[in-house]
Amino acid sequence: MTVIEPVAAQTTLVEVRGVKHVYGKGGSNLLVLDNVDLTLRPNEIVGLLGRSGSGKSTLLRTIAGLIRPTEGTVVLHDMPGGDTAHGVAMVFQSFALFPWLTVQQNVELGLEAQGVPADERRKRALAAIDLIGLDGFENAYPKELSGGMRQRVGLARALVVQPSVLLMDEPFSALDVLTAETLRTDLLDLWCEGRMPIRSILMVTHNIEEAVLMCDRILVFASNPGRVIAEIKVDLPQPRKRLDPAFRALVDDIYARMTARPAAQPARDGNFPGMGISMALTHISTNTLAGMMEALAASPHDGKAELPTLANEAQLEADELLPIAETLQLMRFAEIDGRMIRLTAAGKRYALADVDERKQLFAQHLLTYVPLAAHIRRVLDDRTSHQAPARRFRDELEDFMSEEYAEETLDSVVSWGRYAEAFAYHEDTDQFSLENPA
Amino acid sequence: MDLLPAERTSPSLLIRYARLRFAPNRADVVAALLLAGAAVLVAHGAEQMGEPLSALRIAPVTLDPARLPQYAILTTLRMFAALAASLVFTFVVATLAAKSKKAELVIVPALDILQSVPVLGFLTFTVTFFMGLFPGKELGVECAAIFAIFTAQAWNMAFSFYQSLRTLPGDLDEAARQFGLSPWRRFWRLELPFATPALVWNTMMSMSGAWFFVVASEAITVGKTTVALPGIGSWLAMAIDKGDVKAVAWAVLTMGVVIVIYDQLIFRPIVAWADKFRFEQTASQDQPKSWFYDLLRRTRLLPRLFRPIGKALSSLPPLPGKTLALPPIRDQRVVRGLDGLWVVVVLALAAWGGWSVYRYVSVSLTLHDALAAFGLGALTLVRVVVLIAIASVIWVPIGVWIGLRPVWAQRVQPVAQFLAAFPANVLFPVVVVAIVALHGDPNIWLSPLMILGTQWYILFNVIAGASALPNDLKEVASIFKVRSWQWWRDVALPGIFPYYVTGALTASGGSWNASIVAEVATWQHTKLEAAGLGAFIANATADGNYPRVALGIAVMSVYVIALNRTLWRPLYGYAERRLRLN
Repeated sequence: MTVIEPVAAQTTLVEVRGVKHVYGKGGSNLLVLDNVDLTLRPNEIVGLLGRSGSGKSTLLRTIAGLIRPTEGTVVLHDMPGGDTAHGVAMVFQSFALFPWLTVQQNVELGLEAQGVPADERRKRALAAIDLIGLDGFENAYPKELSGGMRQRVGLARALVVQPSVLLMDEPFSALDVLTAETLRTDLLDLWCEGRMPIRSILMVTHNIEEAVLMCDRILVFASNPGRVIAEIKVDLPQPRKRLDPAFRALVDDIYARMTARPAAQPARDGNFPGMGISMALTHISTNTLAGMMEALAASPHDGKAELPTLANEAQLEADELLPIAETLQLMRFAEIDGRMIRLTAAGKRYALADVDERKQLFAQHLLTYVPLAAHIRRVLDDRTSHQAPARRFRDELEDFMSEEYAEETLDSVVSWGRYAEAFAYHEDTDQFSLENPA
Repeated sequence: MDLLPAERTSPSLLIRYARLRFAPNRADVVAALLLAGAAVLVAHGAEQMGEPLSALRIAPVTLDPARLPQYAILTTLRMFAALAASLVFTFVVATLAAKSKKAELVIVPALDILQSVPVLGFLTFTVTFFMGLFPGKELGVECAAIFAIFTAQAWNMAFSFYQSLRTLPGDLDEAARQFGLSPWRRFWRLELPFATPALVWNTMMSMSGAWFFVVASEAITVGKTTVALPGIGSWLAMAIDKGDVKAVAWAVLTMGVVIVIYDQLIFRPIVAWADKFRFEQTASQDQPKSWFYDLLRRTRLLPRLFRPIGKALSSLPPLPGKTLALPPIRDQRVVRGLDGLWVVVVLALAAWGGWSVYRYVSVSLTLHDALAAFGLGALTLVRVVVLIAIASVIWVPIGVWIGLRPVWAQRVQPVAQFLAAFPANVLFPVVVVAIVALHGDPNIWLSPLMILGTQWYILFNVIAGASALPNDLKEVASIFKVRSWQWWRDVALPGIFPYYVTGALTASGGSWNASIVAEVATWQHTKLEAAGLGAFIANATADGNYPRVALGIAVMSVYVIALNRTLWRPLYGYAERRLRLN
C-alpha cells in the first residue's frame, strides 16, 4: 500500500482566478486579458502558448507582481517568506542583465535585495554559477558574453534566490537556433535530475515545438481579447524527440487550434479585432504577401497547403506565419480553413501576373476589403484639394484602439496604399494625397 | 613529503614580500604621492577660507607670480566645492522630479529655464544673503562665490540626470522590481550607473561653463566695499583694472595649467571609468583611455584601502519597510483631485511671483523701459543669430574635413574641448586694445567675443557627426562619384545635421550668457560698450540697480526661451524624425 500525502498532492503553488486586464484610460478600450484562470501545481512545467498580443506575457508579469490586474486575483501558496519577491523569480526574453555589473554581481542582485550577508551571497552565487555552467565567467561583464551565456546568467540570477516558481518570458527567442536548443536541453536535464531549487516552471513561448518539447501542460491563448482557448496535457516521456510521430501529431493539433476561427467573429475577417475602419491591422510587407502567394501557387502546393508545412518550409514561427495568412484572407487572396490555407482565384491570378497587373489587382482588393483604405480614398476623392492630414485618421482610430495599435494599423494602410498606388502619404507633412509622383 | 622545488618553498624574504598581494608597487608610489599632495592642498585651502574678513584686508590680492599657485588652488577648490553641491542638488532634485509627478510639474520647466538663462545677474542678491549668514567671516563671501559657480553648473547636470531616470531600460526596471530592490539599492545598482555617462559629460561641460563665472564671482562688490577673494578670478580682475598685460598672461597660463591638470587627473580617468556604464550589450571598438586611470588600476595598495568602504556599502542592511514591486492602490478620483489642486497651487504661486516681480520693477521702471529692454534684446538676438551663422559657415566644413580623417579627429577633439573650457573673458583686454587702436565700432567688433568660447561646441559636434558617418554611405558616394555641392547636400549635411543642431543649440545658449560679459569690456580706463541686452544687464549690475537687473534678466529669459521653442526644438524634432542614421 502506498502512502499518499494528501497535502502535498493537492498543493497548488499559484492560483490565478478571473484575471482581466484592460488597456487604456477609458476602460473599454482594449481587453488584453479576459477572465483567465490558471492553477500551477508542484513538479510541472506549464507553457503559455499564443501569438503576440494574446496577453500571455501580461499574465506572466501579473503573476510576477509587476502588473496589477484590472480584475481578478493571483494567489501564491506555500511560498517561503510569503511574498512574491521570494516566491517567484523571472527570466527575461532580453536577459535584462545590468551591463555595469559582473556575472557574479548580476547573480547576487536578488540576494542583495533580500539582505543576505555578503559571504553567504558569494557562496550561493558561485554555486548557482557552477550549476548553470558559467564557471570561469564570474568576473566577466555581460557585454563580453554571447547571447546563450547571457541567458545562463539570467537563469542563475533567478535560481539563486531559490524561488518556488521559475517564470520564464520567451527565454530562448532572442537566441539563435543552435544555442537555444543547447540551453533548452541543459535546462531540461537540470529539471529532470531535480538539481534546481525550484518546484515548478511557468514559461511563455510562441514556439509550438518548444512548448511540446518542454512542457507537461500547455495553455493555448487566443488574442483579442487574450484568453485561454485550450489546455493540452503532454504525456510524452522525456527526453522527447521532434521526429516522433506522436510529437508531430501534437504540434499539428496545436497549430489547428491556434488558427481556429473564433465562432463569434464574421467568417472572413480572420483574427483582426474590430469591424469596419476600426479594424486593427498587422503591418505585413507587400513583398511578404507576394512571396507567400507565389509559394502557395507554385508546386508542390498548387494553391493550397497545410499551415504547419508552410511554416516549416518558410522557416517561420506560427505567430509570424498566421498574421500573413490572415492578411491574405482579409483581402480575399486566400482562405483559411482549419490547418489548410487555399489561394482564391484572385490570389492565383496575382501570383501569375506581372508587376502592373499585380498592383491593379492589389489596389482593387485593398479598396474593397480593407475598410480603412476605402475610407481614406473616399475622403481624398471628396476633397477638392485631394489632400487630408493623417492626424485625422489617427484620431479616428484612437477612438477604438490604443495608440500603438492605431500607429501600426495606419502604417499598414500607408504601405499597402503606396504599393497599390491607391494614395500617397508624405511623411514630412503627415498628409495623405492622391497625387502620384509621375 | 615535499615535492616542490627548493626555490619555491623558500624564496628570499624580498621576493616573498613582493609576492604578497597587497605589497605596494611603483604605481602605488606615484598614486600615493599625487593623492597626498591633493590632500595637503585641500587642507591648506580650507584653512584659508575660515579666516576672518579682516585678514583679507591685511593681506589683499597682489599681482605677485609667486602667489599664483596658491590662488589657482583656491579657485580650483571653489569650483570643485560648487561641483559637489551641484551633484547633491542633481541627485535630490532630479530624483524627486522623476519620481513624483507633482514635483516634476514644477522642477522640469524651472530647470529648462534656468539652464538657458543667465543667473550671473543675481550675484549681488546672493552675496548679501551669504554674508549675513556668516557675519565678518571670509566664509560668507566664499559661500557666495561658490554659489555663483554652482548656478553655472547645476542645471544641465540635473536635467541630464532627470532624462536618464525617465529613459531607464524597461527590462532592467522590471528585473529590479521583480527581485525586490529597495529604492536605495535601486539607486545605486540601476539608476546612478545608467545615468553616469551622460552625467559625466554634462559635468565636464559644467566645469567649462563655470570658468566664466569664476572671474565674475571672486571679486565681488557689496554696496560700497569690494571684496576680492584670493584666486585667479580676482588676480585677473585686478590685472585688467591696472592694465597689466604681463599679469593677464600669467593668469591665462595658470588657467591653462589648471585645466590640463584636472582634465588629466580627474576627468579623463572618470570618462575612462564611466565607459563601463554605457548601456550597450556589445563591447565598443574605441574605448576612452587615460594614463592616470590605468595607473590607478595598476596599483595594489589602493584597492586594498578602498575595498572595506565598498564592502561596507554593499553589505548595508536593506532599509526598513517593505519593498513593493508595485505602488499601493489609491483611489483614482482622489489622485486626480489632488493633482488638480496641486496645479492650481503652483499656478497661483507662479502668478503671485510674476505679480511681485512686476510690482518691484514697476516702482522705478516704466513700460518705456521694458520696451527699451526688448529693443536691446533684439540687437543681441541679431548678434547671436549672425554669429552662429558665421561660426557655422567656418566650422562645419572644417569639422567635416577633420571628422572624415580619424587620425586628425583624435588629435583635434581634446584641443577643441580644451578651448571650450577656456574662459574667453581673459582675452577681452586684447580685443579692447585692438579696437581702440584701430578705431573699430564696438557695436560690431565686441560681438565676436560672445561666441569666442562657445563656437567650439559647433566644431566638436560636427567632428563627432562626420566621424559617425557610416562607411557604406561614404563608399556609395564615391562609387557614384557624388561630388562638390551634391556631396554636401546629400551626404555630409544630412549626416551631421543632428549633431550640428546639438552643437549650435549649446553655442547659442552660451552666447546669450556671454553677452553679459562681452557687450561691455574694460581695459584700464577704457570702457567699450555695444548696445544690447547684455550691456543693459551688466551696467545695471554695476550700478546696483536691482529692478533694472531683474527686468533685463526677465527679458533675456523670454528671448532665450522663445528662440529655443521656435528654432532649436523644431530643428531637433526634424533631425530626430528624418535624419537619424540607424
